[in-house]
Amino acid sequence: MTAVAPPRGTRTERKPSPTRGRAPLALWAIGLVAVVPAFAPIAYLLWSVVRAGVTDTSGITVGRLLELLTSTAILVVAVTITTAVLGTATAWLTTRTDLRGRRMWSTLVTLPLVIPSYVGALAMLGTSGNSGLMTEALRAIGLPGLPVFSGFWAAWAALSLWNFSYVHLLSVPAIRRMDPALEEAARGLGSSRWRTVRTVVLPQLRPALLSGSLLVALYVLSDFGAVSLLRYETFTRAIYAQFRGRLDITPALFLSGFLVVVALILVWAEQKSRGRANLAARRPTRPAPTLRLRSAARLLAYGFLSSIVVGALVLPMLTLTWWTVRGLSLGSTVNSVVPELIRSVSVSGVAAVVTVLAAIPLAILTVRHAGRPTRLLESITWSAYSLPHLAVGLGFLVLALRFVPPLYQTVLLLIIAYVAMFLPQALTSAQIGLGQIGTSIEEASRGLGSGALATLRRVTLPLLWPSLLAGAALVFLTVMKELPATLLLRPTGFETLAVRIWSASSELFYTQASVAALVLVAVSAVPLYFLVARDLHD
Amino acid sequence: MSNGYTLAIRARQVSRRFGDAVALDDLNLDVHAGHIMTLLGPSGSGKTTALRLVAGFDRPDQGSIEVGGVTVADDDIFVAPEKRKVGMVFQDYALFPHLTVAGNVGYGVSRESRPRRVAETLDLVGLGELRDRLPHELSGGEQQRVALARALAPEPSVILLDEPFSNLDAALRTRVRTEVADILRSAGTTAVFVTHDQEEALSTSDFVAVMRNGRVVQAARPSDLYHQPIDEWVAGFLGDADFFAGEAASGKVTTAIGVFPTDLEGSVRVMVRPESVLLAPSDNGGAVVRQRQFFGHDQLVTVALKNGLQLRARLGPTPYFEPGDAVTVSVDRATTFPA
Repeated sequence: MTAVAPPRGTRTERKPSPTRGRAPLALWAIGLVAVVPAFAPIAYLLWSVVRAGVTDTSGITVGRLLELLTSTAILVVAVTITTAVLGTATAWLTTRTDLRGRRMWSTLVTLPLVIPSYVGALAMLGTSGNSGLMTEALRAIGLPGLPVFSGFWAAWAALSLWNFSYVHLLSVPAIRRMDPALEEAARGLGSSRWRTVRTVVLPQLRPALLSGSLLVALYVLSDFGAVSLLRYETFTRAIYAQFRGRLDITPALFLSGFLVVVALILVWAEQKSRGRANLAARRPTRPAPTLRLRSAARLLAYGFLSSIVVGALVLPMLTLTWWTVRGLSLGSTVNSVVPELIRSVSVSGVAAVVTVLAAIPLAILTVRHAGRPTRLLESITWSAYSLPHLAVGLGFLVLALRFVPPLYQTVLLLIIAYVAMFLPQALTSAQIGLGQIGTSIEEASRGLGSGALATLRRVTLPLLWPSLLAGAALVFLTVMKELPATLLLRPTGFETLAVRIWSASSELFYTQASVAALVLVAVSAVPLYFLVARDLHD
Repeated sequence: MSNGYTLAIRARQVSRRFGDAVALDDLNLDVHAGHIMTLLGPSGSGKTTALRLVAGFDRPDQGSIEVGGVTVADDDIFVAPEKRKVGMVFQDYALFPHLTVAGNVGYGVSRESRPRRVAETLDLVGLGELRDRLPHELSGGEQQRVALARALAPEPSVILLDEPFSNLDAALRTRVRTEVADILRSAGTTAVFVTHDQEEALSTSDFVAVMRNGRVVQAARPSDLYHQPIDEWVAGFLGDADFFAGEAASGKVTTAIGVFPTDLEGSVRVMVRPESVLLAPSDNGGAVVRQRQFFGHDQLVTVALKNGLQLRARLGPTPYFEPGDAVTVSVDRATTFPA
């Protein structure tokens, strides 16, 4: 055979023996850089708790801590139980009974998700009290008006109404997955209807219910806008008050760290429960028979579903519209929200693009080189997303003040925080997209002479494009309605739509707040709902 | 080369482990240039791993691999897959869904020669009129041929095909298999197939390497492999076979079913393939029909000999045998193994 010059071989060290999934160092470097912003503030908060525990508690007494813990826990438990009952009931009624328009009802009970909880709280304030919508309506028929909704019951109602849809969404597929043969087997073995529900149906629902409940518990723990506007003292409200009221930031920092520890427990439990929920997934051989409701039960069911939709969707939207129309017709000076809208759109747009760019290398690492180290990387990116954003925001603020002062009160810091907090949204989208592009397609490209980068450019990215776009849209719309971190990190005078709603509500300018809220719901929450709705329904 | 062959692929002492599982264990493999070679083995025998190592999608833990006389992987060298000039046809075809047929076929070809090569290869596989279709608009058989054209277009020295027919339905499979083999022969390319289907391996290949537990246990021409398997496992994997004990002496082995020539001495095992067995109805025959499976084009008849041993015979659809019929058995060909 004629002598052939050997092709240039890539020389690498032999040991340890390379595994199939070993990622290039450059990819790891980029991935680590992308993850640092998610990791740093939380690490700093945890450290502040440890330090305070050793030396002093920064002026927060144990009594005060217990007081906050109790009031927060009561709200978390009350809302979690309420949403579990409401969500399971709506899910059951819209999947397993013969109610008319079940699909429509199922959509209607998830639509409250278009209302961020602080907008919901604004609507509750705007409907009650001396000049509220319901008060006016009641007075018109000669009844006394309503007192201002505030305190525990108001916060409980708001967080239940605007969170139960999550339980509904998790329960519907779980109920659909239930194999009717199991129920029939139980009945055939002589089990009564009620005993069958208790011993066969509920155990099948438990993983979804647990998962949904922990999710809601985490949201309640993290909620800042609703509890603050409705004046119920929880950790987040106390943290913000500490932060605003004093020059010394340490007490707020300590409380935030403590909140993060509590939230971490919930996050851990939620992730564990989700794994179980997947294990329980099974495919029924045929759809379950629908339960035929008798006329009284049917009436009750329609009444129940209607009052939920009215309370969570119709009344708040009506209230916001009423305040807007009344304010304008009475000639109250309403500032244009166009500058706020432009600020919201541009800062969210930049955050969305940067987040997607950061998500690409992370998605490749976690999907194509899956292993223990990449799983760790992934959990870190989730932490900033899952933990209370008020605490994460405070972590960013203090880190900037202590280590990079020029970043303090800049839009850049705000965008870094957004990217860190919402990276998982873009990452998940990219991961799913990448998972659908088989590895053999990339190998085919390599085999046809394209290197790793050329393959990324010619094959992977063109195929990944729709997923990246969806991820960007998700981040864009979510950033737009983010409140607590924006409040903490924005430069002075940098008012976004969310900030405008918050400040106008706090100062009782309900018309001004309602205008901004309606714009926000229209440009952010509604598109977000329809973007996610594709995955939510069937 | 001294033996008159050029080796397109040469693998020596190649090992690959995934955790505790040994996928390849000291694999040696020669593929002659211009041949169609098939790696045949049960699932888990390491055949796909071997293919991926040759293509460069994975690295061996030990051993060396040469492609076209050039070392592409050993202890120090690892040539990236894009620099190996090895074409691959994937089990799921792995067509680029965002590119047309022409875009797929031209993917690996330089810009200047792209139009010419795309036209040539699409002609070769007979898909010229489908050049502007997208992969999802093609039938399974057409996708298969696009995948083949795409692998052929850059004129690789070797083409690797990983279970290429497993996604086709049975009726289509035989036809596409013949077409692909014809295309590969007319292109003069060296090809390595991977399959677990012995019929596919025997009918399309010049050479078959039987793999088991990460090793090549026997490599030979299909007919040699079928009639001269190296051991009972290979014999059984390639087709139905019955085994008998026998005593060999001075070039002959005596068994319950007759006397056959052999080179061995002493205790031996004798393999009989069902198609070497003839049955004739006979009232005073030495065997009784036990079972009959009728397939239409042939039938498989199981008979019991006087001493209780069973033997299978593959015959044409006639004559008609019933369980209980007395028959005489004659065997026209047998292979002996050391016991």
